[in-house]
Amino acid sequence: MIDWLLDDSPASRLQANLGRAWRVFAALLRNLLAVVGGYIILVLIVMAIFAPLIAPYSPIGQDLANRLMPPSAAHWMGTDELGRDIYSRVVYGARITLMIVTMVAVIAAPIGLIVGAVSGYFGGWTDRVLMGVTDIFLSMPKLILALAFVAALGPGIENAIIAIAITAWPAYARIARAETITFRDAEFIAAVRLQGASSARVILRHVLPLCASSTIIRVTLDMAGIILTAAGLGFLGLGAQPPLPEWGAMISRGRNFILDQWWVATMPGFAIILVSLGFCFLGDGLRDVLDPKQGDKQ
Amino acid sequence: MSAPLLEVDGLTVTFPTARGPVDVVKGISFTLGRERLGIVGESGSGKSMTGRSILRLIRKPGKVTARRMTFDGMDLLGRSERQMRDLRGARISMVMQDPKFSLNPVMTVGEQIAEALVTHKKLPRRELKERVLAMLEAVRINDPARVAGLYPHEVSGGMGQRIMIAMMLIPEPDLLIADEPTSALDVSVQAQVLDIIDDLVTGKGMGLILISHDLNLVSRYCDRILVMNSGEIVEQCKASDLHNAQHPYTRGLIAAMPRMNEDRDELPVLDRSTWTTGAGT
Amino acid sequence: MSFEPSESVTDAREGLLTSQLLGSAAALLRFCLVTAGTFLGLLAITFFIGRVVPIDPVLAVVGDRASNEVYEAARQAMGLDRPLVIQFFSYVGDVFTGNLGMSISTGRPVAEDLGRFFPATLEMATIGILIGVLLGVPMGVLAATRQGTWIDQLIRVLGLLGYSVPAFWLGLVGLAVFYAGLGWVAGPGRIDIFYDGIVDPVTGLYLIDSVVAGEWDIFWNALDHLMLPASILGFFSLAYIARMTRSFMLDQLGHEYVTTARVKGVPERRVIWRHAFYPIRIQLITVIGLSYAALLEGSVMIETVFSWPGIGNYLTSALLNADMNAVLGATLVIGAVFILINKISDVLYRILDPRARK
Repeated sequence: MIDWLLDDSPASRLQANLGRAWRVFAALLRNLLAVVGGYIILVLIVMAIFAPLIAPYSPIGQDLANRLMPPSAAHWMGTDELGRDIYSRVVYGARITLMIVTMVAVIAAPIGLIVGAVSGYFGGWTDRVLMGVTDIFLSMPKLILALAFVAALGPGIENAIIAIAITAWPAYARIARAETITFRDAEFIAAVRLQGASSARVILRHVLPLCASSTIIRVTLDMAGIILTAAGLGFLGLGAQPPLPEWGAMISRGRNFILDQWWVATMPGFAIILVSLGFCFLGDGLRDVLDPKQGDKQ
Repeated sequence: MSAPLLEVDGLTVTFPTARGPVDVVKGISFTLGRERLGIVGESGSGKSMTGRSILRLIRKPGKVTARRMTFDGMDLLGRSERQMRDLRGARISMVMQDPKFSLNPVMTVGEQIAEALVTHKKLPRRELKERVLAMLEAVRINDPARVAGLYPHEVSGGMGQRIMIAMMLIPEPDLLIADEPTSALDVSVQAQVLDIIDDLVTGKGMGLILISHDLNLVSRYCDRILVMNSGEIVEQCKASDLHNAQHPYTRGLIAAMPRMNEDRDELPVLDRSTWTTGAGT
Repeated sequence: MSFEPSESVTDAREGLLTSQLLGSAAALLRFCLVTAGTFLGLLAITFFIGRVVPIDPVLAVVGDRASNEVYEAARQAMGLDRPLVIQFFSYVGDVFTGNLGMSISTGRPVAEDLGRFFPATLEMATIGILIGVLLGVPMGVLAATRQGTWIDQLIRVLGLLGYSVPAFWLGLVGLAVFYAGLGWVAGPGRIDIFYDGIVDPVTGLYLIDSVVAGEWDIFWNALDHLMLPASILGFFSLAYIARMTRSFMLDQLGHEYVTTARVKGVPERRVIWRHAFYPIRIQLITVIGLSYAALLEGSVMIETVFSWPGIGNYLTSALLNADMNAVLGATLVIGAVFILINKISDVLYRILDPRARK
């Protein structure tokens, strides 16, 4: 199987693509930090999917007799002010976090990619107008902008996702444009055009796939920032609404008890830090593998 | 002839690679008096590494070992970094290949040359300035006062290299290592720069190690020649005796040089099988 | 290919200077236009958020508990019957005359509120950046010169943490540990209650005002309150600055002229600072500028946690009160300062780099 994947003369496109994916994967495995990061993300995904099986208690079931209990064998991360098990809430919160980052990536990355690819491919006024708009968004503080959008749209997890996505897409546009410019005058593009391909087809089938790897790197590295922004919104009460166990909102609830029952606020924070670090490690590793000239000095 | 200036015995330079440690210099030995020694070889032969090992410039992960390496009777291997710093510049200097990269772009020429002197000797400002200007004149730079105020990107390549020479010779060292000093220069300027090095070195009775890939150049400006290949010395001879060289590599190099009245239709290509032993190539 | 610089180097240099000045004037004009364009974009976005996004922009401004009269008056005042483009232009005009609307929670003009609260944010962010620079730069240099050692790894991890730790969480943990637990610093708020209002607000910066008034007790108290929030901002700043410094230094240490300096026998400390570090100090100015701008943004969360009466806290309170005028006004000001600092850092780099002035 591995020989088939590593075959130097792949017989089909599928084989070539799978082979390339395998090589990237194998290279990643050699980087310890990337492996750690990947493992953390995997745990996140598993926790999100199998939350009902993993969490020992219900995330919203109240148990006022047991409120504000410190971490113990029964409650690994203690209980909050309504007696809910924090560990279970953190596990269920993984679903929310995963959903937010996935949705933001799914919305922002394609938009950014297309804007950047179109801008870089056509050049001229299209480029100037699109990049002007992109630059305006890029110059602004992302958190503040997201806050303002959520203020107008109203609190809620969907609005939070939209607001964050609005601030996230410009970076991808910039990257896609820079990539597109490096090969838009290449001969293979000219060849496809001479065969009668429309611009749409050229962009969709040739330009976009080539921009994919740098976009993937950037999206992964951005995840930490997106998680933090989402948590910030949650902390301010603008994201997922109670009783949903969103990590940022949990920290906000725990704020009142920070002095004596520190675990209520700090435990979700550790989860945030761990997941963010995981994405950072993975993103760094991906960057080293897919784009060595931009890699950090080792 | 007095005691040798430099003695190298069994010098080995090792670098770790993905496939295990690799010796880029494999236990070479040679001596140097107050004479001009040329080290010739192609890229990767280990000639530059040899030069840098003498100055103990090779840092981790590279490793330098030798049975003996002495300069003017002093052991070079065991010296501490601080003691090496006292030697560098003051007694042993090195001219490097490309002044575009080897000169500090944000310091003026005069400052850089003065630094070479001031590092080892505290001098009053006026005397410092005089010596810098005198040195610039010695490397045949006209209007030294103006040049001293320029930045490296404002001078030509040939001038930059002469500034480098001035910088390295101003503390009056005993040994100069010239690592491909003319490889980055135009051919028309190469001879002039080498003439300057030659004059200054012989004028002060210094030792010179001239490292180059150009056999012609080395045979013209040196008294003795070392030919290196794959980290080993394959030939040691006097420059005047070059045509009597024994090793097939050297003979191949000589044969591959075009002559003025060339009568061959094709220049012979080196046949490496005549000397490679297969041992760790 | 002559050896000596021609006599006409002076002439050439003078001509170059003139063309440089002209070039600078053109560049300055370009800079102003681009920045103005970006500001306009910011205005467009805040306008869009304020008028177009909410289903009922009037409700967004007056709140849903306003009476009918207030609602109608606001609707008239906001000119919502006019075409959108006209509304935008009048909005821009309003902003330029300093009219950012009234805050429904404080009852005062938003512009006045922002003026009162800005110095607090400025004071905290400035101390934060000082910490970031004074600690971050040496750490970055240290990490680069000791590449691969545990010091390097530690500093790299610190850099990553600066990117992965939520600011508000760190603020809470800091309060719990350093204020409640160890008692090393004062608690939330800018100053102890019984000191409040004693010193004349000359600059609005308590540290300066108290020294000017000679009230050293107040100075130390203000510093006590500043220490923790500013340090937390400083942490994020130093993580970023150290990471960038390390990256630049690693580049530098690979350069041939650093080896030249060692060949000359120059002491290692001078090699590191005068030869390797010196050329990058201009790039670092840009990095520091970017970090300063980021601190302004980060202060939003920190101020909320520390009940710090700055713009960030104003913004988040306004958010919770659905006070749209205040939200947009604060967004505008923070955004504008952010843009300005970024653009200036950009330009400063090009002006100061001697190699760019060829």
